[in-house]
Amino acid sequence: MGVTGSPTNINQGTRTKGGIGESTLRPDGILKVTGEFAYSSDMWHEDMLWGHTLRSTVAHAEIVSIDVSEALATSGVYAVLTYDDLPAEMKNYGLEIQDTPVLAHGRVRHHGEPVALVAADHPETARRAAAKIRIDYRELPVVTDEASATAPGAPLIHEGRDDHHIGHVPHPNIVHRQPIVRGDAAAAEARADVIVKGDYYFGMQDQAFLGPESGLAVPAEDGGVDLYVATQWLHSDLRQIAPVLGLPEDKVRMTLSGVGGAFGGREDLSMQIHACLLALRTGKPVKIVYNRFESFFGHVHRHPARLHYEHGATRDGKLTHMKCRIVLDGGAYASASPAVVGNASSLAVGPYVIEDVDIEAIALYTNNPPCGAMRGFGAVQACFAYEAQMDKLAARLDMDPVEFRQLNAMEQGTLLPTGQQVDSPAPVAELLRRVKAMPMPPERQWESAGEHADVRALPGGLSNTTHGEGVVRGVGYAVGLKNVGFSEGFDDYSTARVRMEVIGGEPVATVHTAMAEVGQGGVTVHAQIARTELGVSQVTIHPADTQVGSAGSTSASRQTYVTGGAVKNSCEAVREQVLEMGRRKLGTHHPAWATAELLLEGGKVVTDGGEVLADIADVLEDEAVDIELEWRHRPTEAFDLRTGQGNGHVQYSFAAHRAVVEVDTELGLVKVIELACAQDVGKALNPLSVVGQIQGGTIQGMGIAVMEEIIVDPVTAKVRNPSFTDYLLPTILDTPTIPVDVLELADDHAPYGLRGIGEAPTLSSTPAVLAAIRNATGLELDRTPVRPEHLTGV
Amino acid sequence: MRVNFTVNGRRHEADDVWEGESLLYVLRERMGLPGSKNACEQGECGSCTVRLDGVPVCSCLVAAGQVEGRDVVTVEGLADFAAHRAEAHPGTGCASGACGTSLDRAKRWKAEPAAGDETRDTGELSPIQQAFIDAGAVQCGFCTPGLLVAADELLERTPQPSDADIREALSGNLCRCTGYEKILDAVRLAAARAEETV
Repeated sequence: MGVTGSPTNINQGTRTKGGIGESTLRPDGILKVTGEFAYSSDMWHEDMLWGHTLRSTVAHAEIVSIDVSEALATSGVYAVLTYDDLPAEMKNYGLEIQDTPVLAHGRVRHHGEPVALVAADHPETARRAAAKIRIDYRELPVVTDEASATAPGAPLIHEGRDDHHIGHVPHPNIVHRQPIVRGDAAAAEARADVIVKGDYYFGMQDQAFLGPESGLAVPAEDGGVDLYVATQWLHSDLRQIAPVLGLPEDKVRMTLSGVGGAFGGREDLSMQIHACLLALRTGKPVKIVYNRFESFFGHVHRHPARLHYEHGATRDGKLTHMKCRIVLDGGAYASASPAVVGNASSLAVGPYVIEDVDIEAIALYTNNPPCGAMRGFGAVQACFAYEAQMDKLAARLDMDPVEFRQLNAMEQGTLLPTGQQVDSPAPVAELLRRVKAMPMPPERQWESAGEHADVRALPGGLSNTTHGEGVVRGVGYAVGLKNVGFSEGFDDYSTARVRMEVIGGEPVATVHTAMAEVGQGGVTVHAQIARTELGVSQVTIHPADTQVGSAGSTSASRQTYVTGGAVKNSCEAVREQVLEMGRRKLGTHHPAWATAELLLEGGKVVTDGGEVLADIADVLEDEAVDIELEWRHRPTEAFDLRTGQGNGHVQYSFAAHRAVVEVDTELGLVKVIELACAQDVGKALNPLSVVGQIQGGTIQGMGIAVMEEIIVDPVTAKVRNPSFTDYLLPTILDTPTIPVDVLELADDHAPYGLRGIGEAPTLSSTPAVLAAIRNATGLELDRTPVRPEHLTGV
Repeated sequence: MRVNFTVNGRRHEADDVWEGESLLYVLRERMGLPGSKNACEQGECGSCTVRLDGVPVCSCLVAAGQVEGRDVVTVEGLADFAAHRAEAHPGTGCASGACGTSLDRAKRWKAEPAAGDETRDTGELSPIQQAFIDAGAVQCGFCTPGLLVAADELLERTPQPSDADIREALSGNLCRCTGYEKILDAVRLAAARAEETV
């Protein structure tokens, strides 16, 4: 019996015209509402075993001994693996730096690090057997922040580092350092009439995707393995998995299962290698599904950050200079820390014109949980701080905070601190104008409604803590700047295979990419692109796997741009071949075959004047056109390690928010009433999905403003709240209305003029909410999230 | 142990059930019904919501043995459940377990593969399922099954809910993708369509 839940083709129906720009519905929508869509945790195989991971109970320790004998003797247990069982020379993995052990070797560096694996015939048997593994830890002092990481005699998290950053970092417990210096900040300071300084703290946020880390590894007869898994980038996983299994890449065949959200948390590997190791050892299919507790340890989080900012401005409101230092806590392993540093530093100035800047960003190695990618990726932390600074400056200058921002807003042609010119529309002032112009939600509703007032709309909600007493409204604004795509010289390409043939008398296009559909709607957009470019109504989306070239990551707001671009490019090549076939077969029937500009529309070959020359089906007959091509956006450059200069980014994304909050100042409870957003998306390929992305990103930003934070004990470096009971996520009772104003100013460098959209709304949402709470309370509030004790001083 | 109960109108039996297994585990791993989801397995997210004798529950918090002889509706049976309700009690809700799916209809949904066609009038979905698709309330979809069961139960009880009613009824269901706006839209849409047809 084969794998249950193995993905099948998704066929797009014929009734939808559905090209780009239309809000076509998700092709996987019906499967998802009927419960039939196969997520990675839904996989099932006859005779499969369940894998379980034993994780360290301490943050930093030497492993003196491991005794697995009792676990191995447990009835129903098929295998127990430790570091000593790893089959290949390569025993580490990592996105950029291979510093992460598949299983701990003599030492654990963070709470929850994988130490041993168990495979058993029931998940509970595996868990109980794992609990019988005896590990003798000798605890070591923990490194938890910059001071303890760089103190004389500080324990080195990774001794003998030989990665390519070690040469330019001031201490081996610093993963990467990126300074950016432009102009002369010290000299510019003399021109400032006001100077504002601030120290800010951004808490550790969890991606909290709902579909837990999970998958199924099936050993194959050729000694390889078939892996069904939820990830953001199949080929990146493959590159890291195959070497530690000791297998060539073509013997590790990966297929994307249904992905229950990602938000950056699936860029790093989780259970992939572990499931394969157990499957290869036992010769049986092995399923691993994390529960939520384990999920909090099973993926990296958003870097918590300490940010020091200093801005100056003239009396008439022009920014003179900016100095900042951003310290990101990368935790025990590098993950995406170097790239997060690159983003935090190169976007530290935000969407403003400041010619004289002095920026430094670093990421630390500590014994805290590893941190890496999460939606917004370095730019989120910086935006929180620089937007707080903008409000402080406006207040000092007695200016309107929106007008102050507009006065200093970047535009097309502005030079970034890296020296890179922004060469596409940058409507920062316009977005602020639009979000400010939206109608305000009515004030003090509880008064006008009298006894019909609904406490559910008040801070404290159903807890019925106030009927309006002590409730104060505040309004705040913020705007952010995010890069789109992988930066700093990365070869950021994608691949698309497009096939066109006649099935049942109708031309049908099949699009095959390795793009990870994580919920964003890439599969919807690929079908729309194929319809637009090939004039067909029927499009089949082939399951994503490693049988086609890499699509790159579903990260960095890049997939519609890059894999969308690849699909468009391959469709164009297919179209050319179809037209060539038509000229060859039917060219003598009509002179326009040779002379006119030809298109594929409505299943037909037509001239640009609209004259129909042939049915596509008659051109193709029983032949198929099948083309796989790679596609690249414009190349970027690395940032200079000393000055930070370089054309490092591909494209930018801008969003602005206005937050309206009501705060119960006595209890410190915040109700976000409305979060209005205006965003430039270049071209909305699917307007319904665009709005959905903006609203979802907005609420993730709101979460870190008022509730979400992984609490790490400062003494033990242990995670205190690894559950949805203690890590608070916004529910539908917490969220506001989110009116969205979508602006479409084309970026001429991008396919269809589109702009990556997924991350920008996550940037400005947080500082807008904080600004609104400050506006309501008059408090400084230099950290996020804000909790009741920060508002009441208790 | 062995457990017997009705799921979506059909009798199901599971053998060799360990006493600690949840209803969710038995549905997903022993009965081939993985539609109910396992986002937290600690009763916080609502992704595993099913109807147990008509009452919405987190199936991860219900021991399988507690379900012996009882009646369960999951997302896989929601369309038939809603259709049966509409036939048996037109224009009204029906909150009791008597609203189970007929064997005939339960077989029908199992036998038919999804159309793979995103058009707006498949006729095989419940009104709330159709509204979720039409309103753009589905992104990754992992919260969707639980939300559908909860929202369907809300509309059964309160056919024309206010926004505050919707928020209260769905507050036990986490969604990480949508920011909930399109989910509100979907419930409003389903309620409005129901009103039009009455």
